[in-house]
Amino acid sequence: MKIIVCLGNVPDTTTKIKFTDDNKKFDSDGVQWVINPWDELALTRAMELKEDSNNSVNEITVITVGTLGTEPTIRKALAIGADNAVRIDAEPIDSYFVAFQLAEYLKNEEEDYIVFAGIESSDYNGSAVGSMLAEFLNLSSISAVSSLEMQGDQIKIFREIDGGHEVVSMSAPFVTVVQKGIAIDPRIPAMRGIMMARKKPLNVVAAVECAPLTEMLSFELPQPKPPCKMIDADNAKELIDLLQNEAKIL
Amino acid sequence: MAVLVYTENWDGRFKKSTYELVSYAKAISDMMETTVVALSIGPVEDKELEKLGDYGVDKIIKISDDLYSVLDNQVYTRVIADVAENEDANVILLSHNNTGKALAPRLSVRLKAGLVTAVIKVPSSVEPFTVCKKVFSGKGFVHLVVLSEKKVLTLSKNSFELVEKKTKPGIEEYSPDFTLGDFKTRVEKVDKQTGKLILTDAELVVSGGRGMKSPDNWGPIEELADLLGAATACSRPVSDEGWRPHEEHTGQTGKVIAPNLYIAVGISGAIQHLAGISSSKCIVAINTDPDAPIFEAADYGIVGDAHKVLPELITAVKEYKSEN
Ligand SMILES: Cc1cc2nc3c(=O)[nH]c(=O)nc-3n(C[C@H](O)[C@H](O)[C@H](O)COP(=O)(O)OP(=O)(O)OC[C@H]3O[C@@H](n4cnc5c(N)ncnc54)[C@H](O)[C@@H]3O)c2cc1C
Repeated sequence: MKIIVCLGNVPDTTTKIKFTDDNKKFDSDGVQWVINPWDELALTRAMELKEDSNNSVNEITVITVGTLGTEPTIRKALAIGADNAVRIDAEPIDSYFVAFQLAEYLKNEEEDYIVFAGIESSDYNGSAVGSMLAEFLNLSSISAVSSLEMQGDQIKIFREIDGGHEVVSMSAPFVTVVQKGIAIDPRIPAMRGIMMARKKPLNVVAAVECAPLTEMLSFELPQPKPPCKMIDADNAKELIDLLQNEAKIL
Repeated sequence: MAVLVYTENWDGRFKKSTYELVSYAKAISDMMETTVVALSIGPVEDKELEKLGDYGVDKIIKISDDLYSVLDNQVYTRVIADVAENEDANVILLSHNNTGKALAPRLSVRLKAGLVTAVIKVPSSVEPFTVCKKVFSGKGFVHLVVLSEKKVLTLSKNSFELVEKKTKPGIEEYSPDFTLGDFKTRVEKVDKQTGKLILTDAELVVSGGRGMKSPDNWGPIEELADLLGAATACSRPVSDEGWRPHEEHTGQTGKVIAPNLYIAVGISGAIQHLAGISSSKCIVAINTDPDAPIFEAADYGIVGDAHKVLPELITAVKEYKSEN
């Protein structure tokens, strides 16, 4: 069985966000690009599953919709341990467009597979691609997945619900939308992995015509916060007073 | 035309976020001069359903067949999409929670309806349909236009006030024709914490970071939370270390919350942590380091040792409670 990990290329989480062109565009000047944090955890879990000889995962493919500029991020995923990569050559216009491209590529997949997608991307916070892809492919999807275990062909998934979780059993093919807990520490590429990554296949395919359904008009930065009101450590009572009478919360 | 709102229930009950969503639906339907139709799936008594009429729902469609008590995203999507078509709904609204995030994208594809998740305000215009949401984990906002005739939106929690608007909605039963075989999702077990306030529902939150030094020091955090009727939360390293359960992890890669009050104790305020809490209405920081970035995000701050400040706060809250 194959695991397909959807990969997002996003600004490093510490990036200072700026906009240009009259606030119509994100300013990518000087931005450090990384694998979307949830996708990195998804890839880590996929690796763990492949390494465990008790199950039948034999291949990990990472797939992304992006321009040439995303290749360093894809190579990083290969260095972490994915076997091969697919880049669909297009600017990711909106979630619908991205999911459509992924579906067009995956609809010809013959082997049994599971798709791992992250619960959101840390740039536009869409929380959409994985579940959209499932609908395009007419596959089941399980979202809010915090753990996925395999025993042979048996797959056990923990899906978060408000105040707890459900244990769900599934059989391939399906899409899982994963979040915190799916893996703890993301893997970091080792020197050997980086050398090997250069030789691994990165298949570039052309995008298919698809009109997006949304359009970003303009961006805005949050209003600066008024300075923090400091309260003396010996006067904790004052805080309660302020919360009650000034902030009107208590 | 109509605005369709999917009103999720938890063991037959609605939550405040349900009414926020309904109020939001009413606001949009007023802008579009149309009606609000609510869809409820699962066993909810009519008395509970009627509460939706406090916030402006014109019609309620209920599916009470037990078959639909398991959330199968594929089946639910078809059901909601069918109702949307029957009701000629142009706008479909869900809460931005686990269920909404699972269903809204599928609905978008099924109905070829442009999707915007985690919206925070009413549209600035409905023609063209323009909405606002946060991007870059709270470090910016974007204004988007939905180009398609149909739209699917999910609404962020605690971003829209409840607006009472009494109506007398009729309740109709609807029976979609799915069978057990259509449900590919098989739930084998449900584990739920009982009696504990759920973090994402909480109006008040007390949160501890690595500055608490050890899991054994959480007593005062829990006591303060108890006294305030608050939920407890923590930073990522704290849950990674296993000091606290994973459900408490807030931040970019954990839970994104928007309570009325967030008290951060021994938390430095890393950008990834702030991403999960910056929508809180009021933030209080307690930290030994006056230069900790958390103070830039906070409304009120105390520079001091948590082990000394927390007991004093607890005493102050007890006094406040005995006076009020
Ligand atoms: C991709 C990515 C995603 C991440 N996602 C998240 C996330 O979702 N959530 C998250 O929280 N972090 C996240 N992080 C980690 C984040 O960068 C910080 O490392 C983390 O938030 C720090 O946790 P902390 O504030 O508890 O600990 P520290 O940064 O160690 O801060 C401890 C604070 O406690 C104070 N302190 C020490 N002793 C006391 C005392 N006695 N009394 C009072 N104060 C005291 C110190 O002054 C310090 O400010 C992420 C990181 C990355 C790279």
